[in-house]
Amino acid sequence: MRRVRRFVHDWLPALAVFVLGILIWEGAVRGFDIQNFLLPAPSSIVETLWSDRGELWSAAFFTFREALGGFVIGCSLGFIAAVVVSRWRLLRAAVMPYAIAAGAVPIIAFAPITNNWFGVTGMTSKMVIAAVLCFFPMLVNTMRGLTSVNPAAIELMRSYAANERTVFRRVRLPSSLPYVFSGLKVATVLAMIGAIVGDYFGGAPGALGVEIRRWVGIFAFDQAWAGIVLASLLGIAFYGSVALVERLTMSWHPSMRGARAE
Amino acid sequence: MSNQAVVSLRNVTKSFGAGGVTAVQSIDLDVRPGEFVSLIGPSGCGKSTLLRIVGDLVEPTSGEVVVNGKSARQARLDRDYGIVFQDAVLYDWRTVSKNIALPLELMGVDRESRAARVQELMQLVELEGFDKHHPWQLSGGMQQRVSIARALSFSPALLLMDEPFGALDEMTRERLNMELLRIWAGIGSTILFVTHSISEAVFLSTRVVVMSRRPGRIAAIVDVDLPQPRNADTREEPRFFELVTEVRDRLREGGLDEDRTAPGEGELVSAEETP
Repeated sequence: MRRVRRFVHDWLPALAVFVLGILIWEGAVRGFDIQNFLLPAPSSIVETLWSDRGELWSAAFFTFREALGGFVIGCSLGFIAAVVVSRWRLLRAAVMPYAIAAGAVPIIAFAPITNNWFGVTGMTSKMVIAAVLCFFPMLVNTMRGLTSVNPAAIELMRSYAANERTVFRRVRLPSSLPYVFSGLKVATVLAMIGAIVGDYFGGAPGALGVEIRRWVGIFAFDQAWAGIVLASLLGIAFYGSVALVERLTMSWHPSMRGARAE
Repeated sequence: MSNQAVVSLRNVTKSFGAGGVTAVQSIDLDVRPGEFVSLIGPSGCGKSTLLRIVGDLVEPTSGEVVVNGKSARQARLDRDYGIVFQDAVLYDWRTVSKNIALPLELMGVDRESRAARVQELMQLVELEGFDKHHPWQLSGGMQQRVSIARALSFSPALLLMDEPFGALDEMTRERLNMELLRIWAGIGSTILFVTHSISEAVFLSTRVVVMSRRPGRIAAIVDVDLPQPRNADTREEPRFFELVTEVRDRLREGGLDEDRTAPGEGELVSAEETP
């Protein structure tokens, strides 16, 4: 009972804003008679989500697979690169400025080029752009995690005559986890953007980005909006599942709250 | 004499960088088995550096360091000492008992022996019942007890302590001082202890090494002849005050009164109050 009350107390304000926003949207579209190509009503978007569910879901899954592939490749490479770079100070000094600068570069602008290099209609070109997008934040975050260890924690391991590998496994890796997960969470969003925008520049028929563009071209705005909503939901679910894994693996972390003993 | 000393320093000097700051200069010191020796001095006098030189965590520029009859490096590799820092430096992802067991794990001690030893240590530092807690669920004083238990887990001959109670409030500090003496009496290890607090140094030690301002040299060594075992009343004895005054005078002669030291150099100025 208390848990229910607490849940309501924590989530009611956000839920209220959501419902209110949808109502205002619906009311505005009806009240001001807004044309469908400018903004469809939420009710008609939901209707389309249901009526065209087969086509929409298969398109969304196709693009999600592109995003997921890019995410796995980009994050793995980013992580490995961070592990390698963190070992040598000189390498770090040589590489990190570029990795950080890459965060300011609109990498998505390269999407037409990767389409050119890896084929317009295949999944590969989208995975590549998504992977490149994921790579840099993953590298920078993991790097930060691996190197921002309390120096005393390293000294302590040295006092136990621990070698570099043990220090990595016992100290650097676990203490970098919060950073690694924040890199992963940023990467989920970027992977979705990479895949969909990659599709916009041309992709396989049936990919979500391709379909959204086609629907806009033939004035099927309900479908286009339904596609966008679905992409958003998948993006949130993707982010949410990484956040869930974070919660499960880092139950020990102070940020996951708990009372102090006195 | 030097071959029976637990720690033996001969003409030890440490400079940082090329032609840079000299942290400690020409240090000669012998610590005998079972002694409790405190290093005290103004901020930046190199007392923490000296402790790290003994632990082979910092290499001296020149001079000879012998720990347990061997080179400092060999002593570290043989795990001849346990170390406690100002921060408890506990690993958040490990429970209290797993933090204490970490050195034993690295040494390849089997699970049952580890568990048995952890239970002993939890009793020793009076933390029974907290084995499943995570470090951040404990107060600062309790965290430092865990850190001490971890350092003692493999029964090292030497315990190095770098301002272990410097971040704690005065009351917790005095309580832990008392407990440390009780533990020390029980295990018979040798302790080398760095502190900012004159009264802490006098209360705990058998000898207080007073260091001068940078470059740190040994300005004086004060023998603390207060009887053992010491307790809360020790702090009220006239002899205690005499010794506090003597250490303070030696510190002044060394160049700087600890009351006037500026915070900085990564060291914390103690909340020590003059009685």
